[in-house]
Amino acid sequence: MEKAIKRFWPVFVLPTFAAFLIGFVWPFLQGLYLSFCKFTTIDKAQWNGLKNYLYALTEAEFLHSFWFTALFTVVSTICINVAAFAIALALTRSIKGTNVFRSVFFMPNLIGGIVLGYIWNILLNCALTLLGKPLLSLHAPYGFIGLVILMCWQQIGYMMIIYIAGLQSIPNDYLEAARIDGANDRQILWRIKIPNVMPSITICLFLSLTNGFKLFDQNLALTAGEPNHLTEMLALHIYNTFYARSGAVWKGYGQAEAVLFCILVIAISLVQLRATRSKEVQQ
Amino acid sequence: MTRANTIRDRILSVILTILSVAWVYPVVMILLNSLKKETAITTGTAFELPSGETFAGLENYVNAIESKGFATAFWYTLVITLTSVALILICCSMCAWYITRVHTWYSRALYFLFVFSMVVPFQMLMFTLSATADRIGSASTIGSIAQRFGLSAPAGLADISLLPLNTPYGICIIYLGFGAGLAVFMFCGFMKSVPIEVEEAAMIDGCGPVRTFFFVVLPILKPTLISVGILETMWLWNDYLLPYLTLDRTKGYMTIPILIQYFRGSYGRVEMGPMMASIMLNVIPIIVVYLLCQKHIIKGVAAGAVKG
Repeated sequence: MEKAIKRFWPVFVLPTFAAFLIGFVWPFLQGLYLSFCKFTTIDKAQWNGLKNYLYALTEAEFLHSFWFTALFTVVSTICINVAAFAIALALTRSIKGTNVFRSVFFMPNLIGGIVLGYIWNILLNCALTLLGKPLLSLHAPYGFIGLVILMCWQQIGYMMIIYIAGLQSIPNDYLEAARIDGANDRQILWRIKIPNVMPSITICLFLSLTNGFKLFDQNLALTAGEPNHLTEMLALHIYNTFYARSGAVWKGYGQAEAVLFCILVIAISLVQLRATRSKEVQQ
Repeated sequence: MTRANTIRDRILSVILTILSVAWVYPVVMILLNSLKKETAITTGTAFELPSGETFAGLENYVNAIESKGFATAFWYTLVITLTSVALILICCSMCAWYITRVHTWYSRALYFLFVFSMVVPFQMLMFTLSATADRIGSASTIGSIAQRFGLSAPAGLADISLLPLNTPYGICIIYLGFGAGLAVFMFCGFMKSVPIEVEEAAMIDGCGPVRTFFFVVLPILKPTLISVGILETMWLWNDYLLPYLTLDRTKGYMTIPILIQYFRGSYGRVEMGPMMASIMLNVIPIIVVYLLCQKHIIKGVAAGAVKG
């Protein structure tokens, strides 16, 4: 059977592979090469060695955007997961209307980043005006808090779904046995529920970590990096280095920053792979 | 259930109700504002309900659809989303079947490449991808191909591109390539658990590989097809940066997210009315589809997350 299928590779593999070459492999390799070059268009690339990387690693704005992104990611990861887990716990008790609540909390997840960003931009700016405080784009801490609120609103529902699936897969026997042995609610939560949903927790933590690091649309729509690039996250910073500056050197810097960004995201994913694998062994 | 428990559940219900009102409010707020007159939409009054003076009916919606290009953007977004999802589902499931059933070094390498592409952030490719799309788009016009062979193309056909990657029709090929990672990964994960005996039986009975795939494997794949379809649709409908950089805007190609971003950027003064209406017109179809096939969506998303 394998031989019969093998002969049909032009039918089965070629369409996807050709599109994959155009849409991923070729641009990726070219991008890797260009990160060592000085260029404005692809044809006019001059070899530049490691200069782009050296510049990127010392540029204050890039480093600021890195720390801003890291801080944002940590804060939003904690907020999202604590809230999502709490809601999932509440929704797995037999309360009336669980399905309605679940649908409502999940809904923002389907709306795109640009639209979400504008919705919250309008809402938060109105609230700030009424409170007599500076607008989002004028005061960086508000921009930061706004981004965290926006991400919570969008992601809590998603993580909640994963936690609910995890909580529902705990065999009821465990809970009953614990109750018969006289465990109280807190003990059941810490000794039975949390250890048993560890796989879900790992998945959610890494999902929110990578989502936080890769965030672009929401950042662009909510604050656009204002004031003065202070709320600019990595992805947006790279975008602005590419497209918002004129001069022969910037595209090279942007590409080098993009490669560093890529390495960072890949590293996080590798750690995730490790973590999920070792969890699987334990079970 | 004890008395303390029922009281606690009551309190929980109340908290959850308050929370879900807070969850729905932002969308309701935009809906209310989209019904206000342009001049009545200001930063400080977004929380106010439209009153007799400020109520504008559907004026903003009519304005957005008729003169701000919403209809075109909606049409292109729909074309891009439907075509790309169809392409991804068919091509990637075929590719995944080949990868799981043929055990060679290159099928393993291919699988690894697809998984790798899932992790890479778009910023890594954005410049080179849009440049590639532009170049292939313009190099594949009938005129320039003919020129390469020293011929001249018929005047009417010279501008027609054979591989127009920078149009809403050709961009689907890029989406097939860029979205293949997740799709192939999910299909492969599911296909490993499909019993191979069914396929073998079909092939022994004289079914060729193509027929075996379409009449035996594809029906078994249905739940995964739905999950992948939903995940890719959510991504494509809302994607901003890829079409923004790739589509040839001089020809008026736009998607809804680009249009909404456009209200901000290019007019100098933000036209809040049509923008709010466009946001609502983008959100309403999403909510309708969500209410209709909620179960599948939640299941699909959970499946995607657990495997990713």
